[in-house]
Amino acid sequence: MSEKKKQAELIEEISGVNPLKCMKCGKCSATCPSYNEMDIKPHQFVSYVINEDVESLVNSESLWKCLSCFACVERCPRDVKPGKLIDAARQMVVRQRGQAYLSPDEIPELLDPELPQQLLVSAFRRYRR
Amino acid sequence: MQRIGVFVCHCGSNIAATVDVSKVAEMALMEPGVVHAEDYQYMCSEAGQAKIQDAIHEKKLSGIVVCSCSPRMHEATFRKAAERAGLNPYMVEIANIREHCSWIHKDMEEATKKAVILMRAAVAKVNLNTPLKPGESRVTKRALIIGGGIAGIQTALDIADAGYEVDIVEKTPSIGGRMSQLDKTFPTLDCSACILTPKMVEASAHEKIKIYTYSEVEKVSGFVGDFTVDIRKKARSVDMDKCTGCGVCQEKCPSKKAPSEFNRGLNNRSAIYTPFAQAIPNVPVIDREACIKFKTGKCGICSKVCQAGAIDYEQKDEIITEKYGAIVVATGFDTINLDKYDEYAYSQSKDVITSLELERVMNAAGPTHGHLERLSDGKAPKEMVFIQCVGSRCSDDRGKPYCSKICCMYTAKHAMLIRDKYPDVNVTVFYIDVRTPGKNFDEFYRRAVEQYGVNYIKGQVGKVIPQPDGKLLVQGSDLLDNKQILKEADMVVLATAIEPNPDVRKIATMLTASIDTNNFLTEAHAKLRPVESPTAGIFLSGVCQGPKDIPETVAQAGAAAVKAIGLLAKDKLLTNPCTAHSDELLCNGCSTCENVCPYGAITYEDKEVNDHGIREVRRLAVVNSALCQGCGACTVACPSGAMDLQGFSNRQIIAEVDAICR
Repeated sequence: MSEKKKQAELIEEISGVNPLKCMKCGKCSATCPSYNEMDIKPHQFVSYVINEDVESLVNSESLWKCLSCFACVERCPRDVKPGKLIDAARQMVVRQRGQAYLSPDEIPELLDPELPQQLLVSAFRRYRR
Repeated sequence: MQRIGVFVCHCGSNIAATVDVSKVAEMALMEPGVVHAEDYQYMCSEAGQAKIQDAIHEKKLSGIVVCSCSPRMHEATFRKAAERAGLNPYMVEIANIREHCSWIHKDMEEATKKAVILMRAAVAKVNLNTPLKPGESRVTKRALIIGGGIAGIQTALDIADAGYEVDIVEKTPSIGGRMSQLDKTFPTLDCSACILTPKMVEASAHEKIKIYTYSEVEKVSGFVGDFTVDIRKKARSVDMDKCTGCGVCQEKCPSKKAPSEFNRGLNNRSAIYTPFAQAIPNVPVIDREACIKFKTGKCGICSKVCQAGAIDYEQKDEIITEKYGAIVVATGFDTINLDKYDEYAYSQSKDVITSLELERVMNAAGPTHGHLERLSDGKAPKEMVFIQCVGSRCSDDRGKPYCSKICCMYTAKHAMLIRDKYPDVNVTVFYIDVRTPGKNFDEFYRRAVEQYGVNYIKGQVGKVIPQPDGKLLVQGSDLLDNKQILKEADMVVLATAIEPNPDVRKIATMLTASIDTNNFLTEAHAKLRPVESPTAGIFLSGVCQGPKDIPETVAQAGAAAVKAIGLLAKDKLLTNPCTAHSDELLCNGCSTCENVCPYGAITYEDKEVNDHGIREVRRLAVVNSALCQGCGACTVACPSGAMDLQGFSNRQIIAEVDAICR
């Protein structure tokens, strides 16, 4: 299996999302509050994963512009949830940097101004369910 | 000993590509009783059937096995072929080596092994088959139509024109259904009422048609050709024979706060009401929940003003029991509840409406007398936004997984009509796909774009935000320009998904007709029997079977009528001889079978039996073979093994299992 394919499959595994369910309605991009800040738009995330171009995703501005508000996750009519794909790409980056999981108790001590806020917010949102 | 012939079908390459058919035929010759075996490209073809018939004559066959497709497909074909060659049709068995084998397997060797096993089981069964003779049952030459919309009306007219009695049962106070609520109809833009009301009048005036409005089907028993149905005629509180339809009671009624069902709750009606001016029958009903007389005992104004003396507060529900040979379901649809779609602000703003509500707004008899205006402040809109696929094509738990089919066309219609009548109103349609497969449909949609300047944007709307000044801020995607759009609108129209009328579940249960996961009634065959339910004698008309527009509904209504007429034209029906019967010497009268029988076919009687010289009276199960459908539930449930099914006896089933395990 090619490295590109492996990466795409890893995104699908982390997110639990099947991008092939997407019907290209664009409701995710329609609902996104950070849309104008993003270079790759939420609905495009899906096709990037399908086309196995994870490298562009992890190097995108969007990764750190996404607020993890999960509006796209709530409103996606096809259960594709682009927010989860973005979240998964972000996790890949964090894992590559060797920053693994945290216990919630450790967080207050570890908080530093350099830590991307999205990581915390999305972690809380994700584990809330 | 039987003399059995085995016929293995290639089904073109459907079977032969995965199963070694000649091997199956070769192996068949080694089975007990088999005296002839051959394979052929298409057994169901005339040539294939001729091979079977020739072999029956030449080899003096007493039973045959056809290894082919599902018995649902061609069992009847092969039984008829065998019968023409002088063989009892119940001496034919099908081994399903297509759906059960070749279509679901890839490995030829394994698939061939399985096909041989399926063939063996069928041969083992035929060895124990005995000739069976079907009985006869009578046909009541009257049809029942459940639902009085365009589907029900059309089916009723077609059946009645063929000379048979038809009863229509309609739940609401008038026939007409959804179509009576529509303003104009695509793709010709003719007024809905102008084409529907003549049909309503024709149905009500037809000497063969009886209409029960404000009535519901309460109970169904019996079977194809001989259904017995209880119809509840709800108390109208108005004598239908005396009422002249003058309408004074509705005018004078002081209680005018009940939401009008006909106008989708956009305005109110009186407690005594007819749903709309052209209602048939033109006899009002009293809504007892809203009526002051029924709530407080005081009032009685309608009774005082009625010159005909038709008001009857004492009227009670009435149950009518009637017999029918065929039943047609035409229960139609409703739009889905939008409570789960907060993002479109439907419950927050009066100016966010469904397309069916817009029909009422655009209609001259509607709440705004046909003027396009905002329902919040009555102002004329300048910017209108239409949102497609609201609740359709959803795989989440909020919407429906199917395409509602009619929305693309009615939205093009709405957009076109608004641009035509109010050229200063801008119309924007947010769409995912525009689906217009129908005669003159795409041309119609293109006219909306090219001739009327409707702005179609490819992309869904994410949210609608009501603004303090009463405007609606629409945030949507433009996927072709890769932009997020913010647009101020005065009105937003939601193309809301349609779903089968919720009552259909109850009706399907009464009819033992199957429904799918979306509550649409299932057809007997998706392609070849689209207007029949798998339950004999039940036919499907209109949206109860799947989303449809008016032309399709009318076409299907006619098709359902033809199928019903085909049944009513027969004097007698052959009944399935594969029914259950109880062995008197084994039955201990425990009632287990009676409890599991879904058709009410089993009763008990006290009978004197001679059990090896001992004469005594015992309580014994008796099967009414006219009611028994041969489902076999009783044979499985019977603890003493007394119940057995003809054609599927316990011995035959065990022989099949033995052959498989051999």
